[in-house]
Amino acid sequence: MRVMGNFDLAEELVQEALLEAIQHWPKTGIPDRPGAWLFTTARRKAIDQARRDARYKEKLVLLEGAAMSLDAAEGDDRLRLIFTCCHPALSREAQLALTLRAVAGLTTVEIARAFITSEATIAQRIVRAKRKIVDAGIPYRIPQDADLAERLQEVLAVLYLMFNEGYLATGGEAATRRDLAEDAAWLAGLLVRLMPREPEALGLLALMRLHLARNDARFDAAGQLVLLQDQDRQKWDRDRIASATALLDRAAALGRPGPYQLQAAIAASHAEAPSWEETDWNEVIALYDALLAFTPSPVVRLNRAIARRHVSGPGVALAEVDATAPELDGYYLFHATRAELLRELGRAVEAHEALERALPLTQNPAERALLERRLEG
Amino acid sequence: MKYMLMFTATRDGQNQWDAMPEQQRSAEYARINEWFERAGARVVGGYELQPEQTATTVRFNSGKPVVTDGPFLEAKETIAGYAIVDVGDLDEALGLAKTWPTGGTVEVRPVIEREGAPGQG
Repeated sequence: MRVMGNFDLAEELVQEALLEAIQHWPKTGIPDRPGAWLFTTARRKAIDQARRDARYKEKLVLLEGAAMSLDAAEGDDRLRLIFTCCHPALSREAQLALTLRAVAGLTTVEIARAFITSEATIAQRIVRAKRKIVDAGIPYRIPQDADLAERLQEVLAVLYLMFNEGYLATGGEAATRRDLAEDAAWLAGLLVRLMPREPEALGLLALMRLHLARNDARFDAAGQLVLLQDQDRQKWDRDRIASATALLDRAAALGRPGPYQLQAAIAASHAEAPSWEETDWNEVIALYDALLAFTPSPVVRLNRAIARRHVSGPGVALAEVDATAPELDGYYLFHATRAELLRELGRAVEAHEALERALPLTQNPAERALLERRLEG
Repeated sequence: MKYMLMFTATRDGQNQWDAMPEQQRSAEYARINEWFERAGARVVGGYELQPEQTATTVRFNSGKPVVTDGPFLEAKETIAGYAIVDVGDLDEALGLAKTWPTGGTVEVRPVIEREGAPGQG
């Protein structure tokens, strides 16, 4: 088995997968493509195993490489499946569950854990989605020409949502949910393999890898969230960063910029800086300006204002942040950002008030803990 | 597969339509006719409905029918017309719905086809 460097390990994993198949298939019936099922299951087990292994990163890369070697027919099939699972006629929840089940090979139990809901809920969601596909006549095909761009956007949105669900871990076991981010990145990698000349697919994969590269630095020993500006950059995964910037270069060569490429470029800007202070803030601001042309959202404007602080000072930045107030008054990060800037401007009382406004606006335990720490000292 | 495309109108839209100069209204109808021409044989039925103030509703109050003025939906949008299309799959039906010229909402729902049922075909 060319996948794993360690032949014994590979053999053991295939054996385990076969065992599971023998137990599983009498109940569910033999899947249409037993080879693909076995591979997917073995892959998942290999990932679990690899996590426990000190040199897991190396193996993960090998795995990812091998999972990508599909023949043309299998590739087309996978693409058809991805586009069908992400059809806009299905709700977001259905798209997420179906894609994880049918394309990534997760069990309903694994999906339920990832979304902190019951297996019954996920099972029902998938059943209903499949029923709608049949009843409403959702076709099983790769969208053509005019539809392709729009449908690709839908797939990217599903994958990015999936990634964020796992990455931001709004509750429950942080470790389990980080698997979801890895699964999303795997799916994004598959999409890139199947559509290598789609720059936004490349951009999304790059963005995910750049986020994942910072994983080890995001939480401290006490399990507290560490912001980007405070992270130990020695803990960043330089291999992942290199792989991501290579993807971005490939995307750029295709000459069709887009929001995911730009978000990835911003993340890359941070990744390349030796420290927060040495970040090329002018480049970051320019990238946000370009991003605003695609997605003129107040959140993007907020992020741009944060970058502005480093070039034009907290006063200018605060004015820009305040300009987003009508839209972002219910967003915790708006108030948290204001608090930071006010503190820098020596307006301690207002800073404290802003933090208090921020706290009830987020349920994320790590974010709440961070705000509470700031309120105390 | 057959789908019903339900075209909606809002009260404001209806008022705008009524207030339109004749020439503009003709132009709008021309675009609608173009849509039907392009759809061609894929359209197997349909009607424009008269506006909502012409509607009468029959409700059932503990099994007893009660007649009232107005459409059944007290909604901002009401059904202004429908078309039945016979196409290969949902994407084709959506393709037609997306080019509907009046800019209102279009609901696309598959019909249930039963052999020999009244009104079929």
